[in-house]
Amino acid sequence: MDKRHKILVLDDDSDWLALCRDLLTAVPSRPEILTANTAKRALALLETESVRLLICDLKMPRIDGLQMLAIVRRQFPDVRTIVLSGLEDESYRSRAYALGVDLFWLKTEMQRNSKLFTECLESLLGRDQDVGFRGIQSKSLMDIIQMECLSRSSTVLRITRGPLVAKLWIQDGELIDAETEGARGEAAFQRALAWKTGTFENLPAEPERERTIQKPINALLLESAQNMDEAINPSEEPDLVESASHRKTMWKLSQLTREGADFVVAVPPEGQGEPEALGTQSVAAFSQWTRHTAEIARRLGDRLEAGPLLHVTGHNQERQVLMLAHGDRAFLIGWPTEVTENLPEKSRKLVASWDS
Amino acid sequence: MGFLKKIFAGRHAAVQQLPAGTITVNRDGQVVTSTVSSAYPKKLLQDVGRDVLALFSEARVAQMPLAEVSLHFGSLRITARELRGGAIIFLFPQTALSPTPTISRL
Repeated sequence: MDKRHKILVLDDDSDWLALCRDLLTAVPSRPEILTANTAKRALALLETESVRLLICDLKMPRIDGLQMLAIVRRQFPDVRTIVLSGLEDESYRSRAYALGVDLFWLKTEMQRNSKLFTECLESLLGRDQDVGFRGIQSKSLMDIIQMECLSRSSTVLRITRGPLVAKLWIQDGELIDAETEGARGEAAFQRALAWKTGTFENLPAEPERERTIQKPINALLLESAQNMDEAINPSEEPDLVESASHRKTMWKLSQLTREGADFVVAVPPEGQGEPEALGTQSVAAFSQWTRHTAEIARRLGDRLEAGPLLHVTGHNQERQVLMLAHGDRAFLIGWPTEVTENLPEKSRKLVASWDS
Repeated sequence: MGFLKKIFAGRHAAVQQLPAGTITVNRDGQVVTSTVSSAYPKKLLQDVGRDVLALFSEARVAQMPLAEVSLHFGSLRITARELRGGAIIFLFPQTALSPTPTISRL
């Protein structure tokens, strides 16, 4: 009897289905690949075949991916699910995880890193179907790390918070490395732990990863809890307050340098505090322009019914600027003219890490 | 009878069309040339021109004169290049398949 697992790939693009079929032949356990180009056909296959894993696109006619996943979660709770989408909007990732999918991959990422993708698939197929509980979690990152370490597992936790991504390498229940926003080791771990919300996913373990963290996980978590406690109840001692403020400025400066931006101006709503800036002396003039631009753009967007303002860019021979809103503040970021690729994405990342 | 027609005449749920094309405005904000459909309200095009000129002028006041400005909305991109006090303005309705532009050099 054929004991091979069955993988069902659902996508309305038949060329993509053919490409997936080719890629999935590289999965070591050689699963049987089924394909469907409509949700209706996929549901029929799920009824008749014992499918172990569903790989689903999001943007499809009639029944879209999120609807399909909701149906599968209800009718076929044992089927593992992976979203493979071309939509780079992070909100889709959150919505998919909220529906209980096991993994979310972008099609471009999957093509770039097909080896890691097949390893993830193999890992998902290999997990014992009848053991363990699955569900939608709402736990703090601390809880999740503690669970992984207590169960002595080996995995790579990938944590996503908007445009920010952190990775934690756990080997036999010990945290061996962490990486986020250019930081590595303990510093990266503490940065990631300060995030309040986000999504996480388990990637296959990387036992060959170089160890940069030597402290036991309990000591790190305790340190982090103390830091958070101090942040919530700041000390009255002027030296400590000054030192915390200095650390924050240094962190922001390092972000600015790492991303390669010239300056950042953070502008609060009128009458709600002073603008904050790094890398420029023209704080008042730039914040004034930022406020006016935000106002003009909002008015124009409303009148033309053009949808929400995403960002405003501008340039001259010497520099380029990008203005965007984050929370209740508007940010103006100056970039050298040499930076041309993914400027909005880089700016969003810089702004997201500004307050994290 | 036709009284229903009288009551409901003119009450259409209107979906406003997005402007597509190019306009040039002079330094006073007057639209000089336009390739946008003539069905599109001229008043709105003038508003676009005036607001774009305001952006350039505010940037000069902030000691940050700009040669080009782009406003990226969910469904429309407005790119304007400064032309000796006036501006040439490109209006691009956006779809899910529209490519993300990189900033072009003058």
